[in-house]
Amino acid sequence: MNIIVCAKQVVDVSEMKLDSNTNKPILQGVPQKISDIDKNALEEALKIKDKNGGKITVVTIGPANAKERIKELLAMGADEGVLVISPEIYDYHVVSNLLAGAIKKIGKYDLVLCGEASIDMFSGQIGPRLAGLLNIPQITYAQSVNAEKDKITAERNLGDKAVSEESSYPVLITVTKEINEPRLPSLMQILGAANKPINEWTADSIESGLKPIVETIELKGVPMERKNIIYQDDLDESINKLVNSLAKEGVLR
Amino acid sequence: MVLVYSDDKKLTFELLKKGSELARDLGTKLTAIIIGKSDDKLANEYISYGADNVFVAETNMDKFKAEEFAGILENIVKETKIDTILIGSNKNGKELASRLAGKLNAGCVIDCINVYLKNKKLTVERIVYSGNAIAVEQFNSKPEIITIPPKVIDPLLKDDKRKGEIIKKKFDIEKSTSKILKVQEMKTGGVNVEDAEIIVSCGRGFKNKNDIKLIQDLADVLKGKTVGCSRPIAADLKWLSEDHWIGLSGHKVKPKLYIAAGISGQIQHIAGMRDSGIIVAINKDPEALIFKSADYGIVGDLYEVLPKLTNAVKEKLG
Repeated sequence: MNIIVCAKQVVDVSEMKLDSNTNKPILQGVPQKISDIDKNALEEALKIKDKNGGKITVVTIGPANAKERIKELLAMGADEGVLVISPEIYDYHVVSNLLAGAIKKIGKYDLVLCGEASIDMFSGQIGPRLAGLLNIPQITYAQSVNAEKDKITAERNLGDKAVSEESSYPVLITVTKEINEPRLPSLMQILGAANKPINEWTADSIESGLKPIVETIELKGVPMERKNIIYQDDLDESINKLVNSLAKEGVLR
Repeated sequence: MVLVYSDDKKLTFELLKKGSELARDLGTKLTAIIIGKSDDKLANEYISYGADNVFVAETNMDKFKAEEFAGILENIVKETKIDTILIGSNKNGKELASRLAGKLNAGCVIDCINVYLKNKKLTVERIVYSGNAIAVEQFNSKPEIITIPPKVIDPLLKDDKRKGEIIKKKFDIEKSTSKILKVQEMKTGGVNVEDAEIIVSCGRGFKNKNDIKLIQDLADVLKGKTVGCSRPIAADLKWLSEDHWIGLSGHKVKPKLYIAAGISGQIQHIAGMRDSGIIVAINKDPEALIFKSADYGIVGDLYEVLPKLTNAVKEKLG
């Protein structure tokens, strides 16, 4: 079984600081990592490979330094990496077309796995968008997957409902964070990953002339103006003050 | 033309308000789409909430399937000159919008919290970086596809005198090769945090599942009765069902009063409750992030604070 896993390099949002004047995030110097849920997608691919055999190729659209991150995925157990160097400005249209082009160039595939969303933008657009471009069925928000020789079933978490779906191959599946616990590679695996191939392709070699349709014109800070009245002395007195304040605010009925 | 679609009726009412503004500014018409069985009552409701027309794509499908619904919308878009497509941002809506965008090679922005025209271009805002920033995005070509979450827009007042045309067309749609085997209701506590006016929430500061009773007691005397929680309680420990989960991947809420007890205030949680009226935090760590997002806070052990607070509220309300 040939499995493609799409993985994105993102800034580590938990390490991000805000500029105290503008409230805007400071993006320079923030450590980069593979988006967490994409690692869940790879873990699921590894489980499927353990059971059914096959080959796992991870595909990343990103800057040249994403190669280091791809090595982590190879250490986890992926067989081969593909890095398409992204153009300077891009949007979901550009990235999904580059992914679709790269997947077609890789050749025969049965299963494409993605995280349900990346942890930086949290759109969840790439998976189903890519399925539309490849014109294959999609199963989103999978919280469990069972791959067999000629069909795959998945249980989708829709919050209020769990929906079981079945598909033949090829199919694209996006997974949730709860589906599994991604493995940590051993030292031997990390060393072994150095010998696994990473193909570097230019965006133009996949599809030339791709232009973004949606442009980010500004990144604004988020206003969070709160009163920040904190009571921390005598507990009974604090509670008294709090209840009186809430009554004055009109939120006690 | 501006199109509006959601499989959620209430959300469609909300989208119709924004759709009618956009249609007016663009000098065009607003069409609401119904996919499935013909439903004149629903179509007329959409008209009374602002639709100029309702297009009913009649199919015999009884369940939502993104591949098939995207196929229908793709057909509609190819037959008409469409400016903007507004889709309700629930889980079905997001995967529908994204797939449709792939099929049409169109621009698409998910979870827009603000939508307007700037220099005659459709401009939208969405929250990024776990609630730490707002990205302002602009479209350079049509059709534009956007999804809007519930509760972002207040619907127009219902006006039964509003007139509109209902157009029906039968669709034979290519079946997807994937199929639904089973739909199961998830075990829920039957709560709806998104509609609650008062929410009392618990987080990792609670040591045992049974201690959540302390939260329930406070919620009960506040007559809010709604208990929320942060990610660990619902997703990892599973002490509460996911309908209680407030945060970026859980529910987004805006009650009049939000009380967070034993919640550290990770940005993912803040993203789900930042629009609340008054925010109260209870945490034993004076440095806890949650205090930065709170109007009022008490530094103290929640096991001591909660019973006392519950009694004090009870006394105050008589």
